[in-house]
Amino acid sequence: MNNNQLTENGQLRHFLTIEGLKKPLLTEIMDRAEQFSGITNRQVKKVPILRGKTIVNLFFENSTRTRSTFELAAKRLSADVMNFNISTSATSKGESLLDTLHNLESMHTDMFVVRHNQSGAAEFIAQHVSPHVSVINAGDGCHAHPTQAMLDMFTIRRHKNNFPDLRVAIVGDILHSRVARSQIQALSTLGVGEIRVIGPKTLLPADCQTLGVHVYHDMEAGLEDVDVVIMLRLQLERMQGALIPSAREYFHCFGLTDDKLKLAKPDAIVMHPGPINRGVEIASSVADGPQSVILEQVTHGIAVRMAVMSMAMGAQSEQNELPA
Amino acid sequence: MTIALTQTQVQNLLNDMAADIRDKFADKQPLLVGIHTGGVWVAKALQAILGDDFFDAPLGTLNIAYYRDDFTRIGMHPQVTPSDLPFAVDGRHLILVDDVLHSGRTTRAALNEIFDYGRPASVTLVVLVDRNGRELPIQADIIGKTVEVTKGQHIKLINSSGLQLEYRNKGKAE
Repeated sequence: MNNNQLTENGQLRHFLTIEGLKKPLLTEIMDRAEQFSGITNRQVKKVPILRGKTIVNLFFENSTRTRSTFELAAKRLSADVMNFNISTSATSKGESLLDTLHNLESMHTDMFVVRHNQSGAAEFIAQHVSPHVSVINAGDGCHAHPTQAMLDMFTIRRHKNNFPDLRVAIVGDILHSRVARSQIQALSTLGVGEIRVIGPKTLLPADCQTLGVHVYHDMEAGLEDVDVVIMLRLQLERMQGALIPSAREYFHCFGLTDDKLKLAKPDAIVMHPGPINRGVEIASSVADGPQSVILEQVTHGIAVRMAVMSMAMGAQSEQNELPA
Repeated sequence: MTIALTQTQVQNLLNDMAADIRDKFADKQPLLVGIHTGGVWVAKALQAILGDDFFDAPLGTLNIAYYRDDFTRIGMHPQVTPSDLPFAVDGRHLILVDDVLHSGRTTRAALNEIFDYGRPASVTLVVLVDRNGRELPIQADIIGKTVEVTKGQHIKLINSSGLQLEYRNKGKAE
């Protein structure tokens, strides 16, 4: 893909997808996130770097974790944040997406954080915003969720040293998961040794192998000797038609229980992007167990989003700099 | 490149500065904070002279990248070493160390960052070189040497098996 997320100097201007980004950039995001994560331990949990910038959270789809961590991240960078609630907005009165966008731009905003149920929405917005505005994709349809993927990579890096040595399994509803798509791209860009996807045939994309992953339909076989288990939520709201017999049967085959987790390496970590459905894709004892890093992922989301937002705004600054 | 001060000359300055710090802070249990990168080198050198026991905690380091006032002009700083203050600053006497005091903007940024960690009892600014070109009302308390630098030149601390000061012509990279 032609990378319109980058400036001429190869810096992150928009963050729309992991696809097409190189390893050094992903590493820079994690390094910066590492730096920002220390800020939480201070009396003043803020740095002034985005003081005077206005960031709009444009959420056309429900979200708790992502929206609130984006909001906190922006505030910890000292930006002003406006949360745009679509259900009470003019869009519900018939205004088009572009009109809404141009109205918000007229308020001299600097960044849009966009979540939309249509794949490609963030990219569409990025194509139509003024040159000084950055767009961050906070999830578009079944396409991409790049900040989630990066916070997952950051979490993995905190626990495991070297990506090439790792075996990572992603379990569940891959078909509807923008998180899985972005994770697979990030994991392969970072050179992870083996990526496995585990799920029923009905929940795996037909072209799965082309993603460079090993496909398993048997969870026991797929979990053997993995270092990281990433569970996905069963996205019942995106399913059209009967893809699974019942939630109960799904849990029996693909739910992560203590017994199944024993097949992975003893020091394997368990991740989940949330929200979790206890007893559907993961047993409570595992979600709350010693190998779970699910709540850590939420914490890391703030630092990673701070990194991405500051990098995008920084690239804008450089682009706007006039020759002396 | 011309050598402004040799390693021996720099070492002599550091000894004098350490003596001043000893006089001023003998009974105050101060905390030492260096500003990345040159300030950390100077702070480490001072620590080596004064001894670890003189200070109440390990050396703190500040990276003022996120406190600079030129972010909207030149964007992100490539430097990614994080700030690390391994102590609580509340009510403590801080010794803030930098290599060269020039415009005063770095010091301004460092003070702002320190106050986001808490409220120190005092901050003393220690610099190896105080040069002309101040743009803010900031001055150092303990100075190694005052230097007049001509236009088009700057003075830079180099660390290769010892600290040395060099004059450099301002190039595009600067």
